[in-house]
Amino acid sequence: MSKPDVRDVTLVEAVNLALAWEMEHDDNVVVLGEDIATNGGVFRATVGLKDRFGFKRVMDTPLAENLIAGTAIGMATQGLKPVAEFQFMGFIYAAMEQIVSHAARMRNRTRGRLSCPLVYRAPFGGGIHAPEHHSESTEALFAHIPGLRVVIPSSPQRAYGLLLAAIRNPDPVIFLEPKRIYRAVTQAVDNNGEALPLDTCFTLREGEDVTLISWGACVMETLQAADKLAEQGIMAEVIDVAAVSPLDRDTLLCSVAKTGRAVIVHEACGNGGVGAEIAASIAEGAFLDLQAPVVRVTGYDTIMPYYRNEQAYLPEVGDIVQAVEQVIAL
Amino acid sequence: MKHLHEFHVDSVVYLDDRGEPLDELPHQAKDTQRTLAAYRNMVLARTFDSKAIALQRTGKCGTYPSVLGHEVIGTAIGQSLAKTDVFVPYYRDQAAHILRGVSLSEMLLYWGGDERGSAWKACPEDLPIAVPIATQCCHAVGVAAAIRVRGESRAVVCCVGDGGTSKGDFLESINLAGAWHLPVVFVAINNQWAISTPRSIQTGAETIAQKAIGAGLPGHIVDGNDYFAAIEALDNALERARAGKGGAVIEAVTYRLGDHTTADDATRYRSAEELREAWEKDGIKRLQNYLHNAGLWNPEKEQALQADCKQTVEQAVEEYLATEAEPPTAMVDYLFDSLPAALASQRERIAEKYRGGES
Repeated sequence: MSKPDVRDVTLVEAVNLALAWEMEHDDNVVVLGEDIATNGGVFRATVGLKDRFGFKRVMDTPLAENLIAGTAIGMATQGLKPVAEFQFMGFIYAAMEQIVSHAARMRNRTRGRLSCPLVYRAPFGGGIHAPEHHSESTEALFAHIPGLRVVIPSSPQRAYGLLLAAIRNPDPVIFLEPKRIYRAVTQAVDNNGEALPLDTCFTLREGEDVTLISWGACVMETLQAADKLAEQGIMAEVIDVAAVSPLDRDTLLCSVAKTGRAVIVHEACGNGGVGAEIAASIAEGAFLDLQAPVVRVTGYDTIMPYYRNEQAYLPEVGDIVQAVEQVIAL
Repeated sequence: MKHLHEFHVDSVVYLDDRGEPLDELPHQAKDTQRTLAAYRNMVLARTFDSKAIALQRTGKCGTYPSVLGHEVIGTAIGQSLAKTDVFVPYYRDQAAHILRGVSLSEMLLYWGGDERGSAWKACPEDLPIAVPIATQCCHAVGVAAAIRVRGESRAVVCCVGDGGTSKGDFLESINLAGAWHLPVVFVAINNQWAISTPRSIQTGAETIAQKAIGAGLPGHIVDGNDYFAAIEALDNALERARAGKGGAVIEAVTYRLGDHTTADDATRYRSAEELREAWEKDGIKRLQNYLHNAGLWNPEKEQALQADCKQTVEQAVEEYLATEAEPPTAMVDYLFDSLPAALASQRERIAEKYRGGES
């Protein structure tokens, strides 16, 4: 056995590590996108891959998101496993027709003859003082589409394990990377090629009084809120949903059955968000266990403000604590 | 002023409207077996087409797009593609599909509302029919990129209509094919009409083929009703692509002799006179005249072929009509490689509701 390769890495470095591992071990894995080869990606997620694997497998594309999505589909139907990068989620909408009408449907409409084993990666969310169109969280658009998996890591370890799982998954995966925490923390990641399961939530902290449900960058504030609540003697269970579609309802319902209370935290606006689906699932599946209404702490139902006001839009620790105090009081 | 470059678009036709050679024919004309096989395929496609329309009119098939006027270019595509090449069709490529080995009953299943109509057994790597206009062009460059990544001597043919050439998907894809030097041949089938939108409204460019030049690809125009012009252009472009010399755009000029689909009525927007003139250029009649003049065809052979095609089509129709619908649970069975837990209870609900319909 070779020596374990454990590295302290950030979330974006974990993405790079997973890409390199899988390219090393599977010749069918290729990466494509804008500025990803020689430049190594605007966030450095693909840095070094071109030097290791060459232009043949690390492809700079013309600046056309719809083309990137469709090209990846064509590659995937022939057995390659493309990982296509959208530079920012705000530019993914040009690719919606390809993603919705083809990637998500290829297996179904050919009755399994062809499939789309691909990953669409995109940095998403606010909090880094980026220009307009660079800060939205629209995961719900994709969660609504049958045939897509939507996966969102919230730590370096989960970025590594979930990205490996996404690449190995035989169906299309939208892999959304919360850029606010791309470099927020480092974590020891064992670079051993071990994937995490795609269809399960991750329980990050156990507690009996309330279930806090979140994903992406907001997991950070949610964990901080749980710390604060513990100081008051309120023991919160914290669940990172990670795969917002298909949704692991069992883990969520079991937790709510235990705690009787649920607060859902996400950065995207609340209206029609994934939090609404989770709240509905709890109402359908755990209504009699509830001791208080399900509460959501989300972004406002408005356009993401430019960066002078973006902090006012983002859910904060205090908002989460307040929401929990409200449901505990009932 | 510095003169940088000159571009040209060639335009080829060999047979006039009556099937008389206008010029020395390409070497493909010497292959009489292939030419006769082409003619038979065109007649089969047309026979199938009129039956499919009749099935729709009598409520036995869903909305269907007629192949009338596309039989010649479709046949040339089907013949020029090697088995190992990949075909990326749009939705009026019946003549090419037959040559790829797609069965007539599979085609009817697709338009008859059954997903199994795209589960083609004979050409497992070909892409299914693309309904959203021009979206298939992006897939074609992806398939061609996969071929290049693996260093294979194969090529891709992608069909798109004249309407489709207005979409970004087409323009972005030919652009990538040029930039990445991909083995993909785009056949822009210019049938003059995109439902009711005439070719003149699609673009101010004099030809569609010239759009290739801006993408760094050669652009050719062929008379899409002239089998020899079409097969020569396709053979050459595919040979070049397989040899690693890059892609091409071929504009095949034809005319949509039928309605857009069975849900359309073209008399609302185009004249009987225009349609009558287009019929005079019909490529099937043209090739039949040529074969007759060359001593390769006669009325007896024609009669036998018509009877044979009719029988083949009738057989396919019987097979199609005898195929039972899939159980309703099939709607979730092919969504993912394996059924996620989140869908298991919904599958049970469907099975429960349609108990007895389970396979």
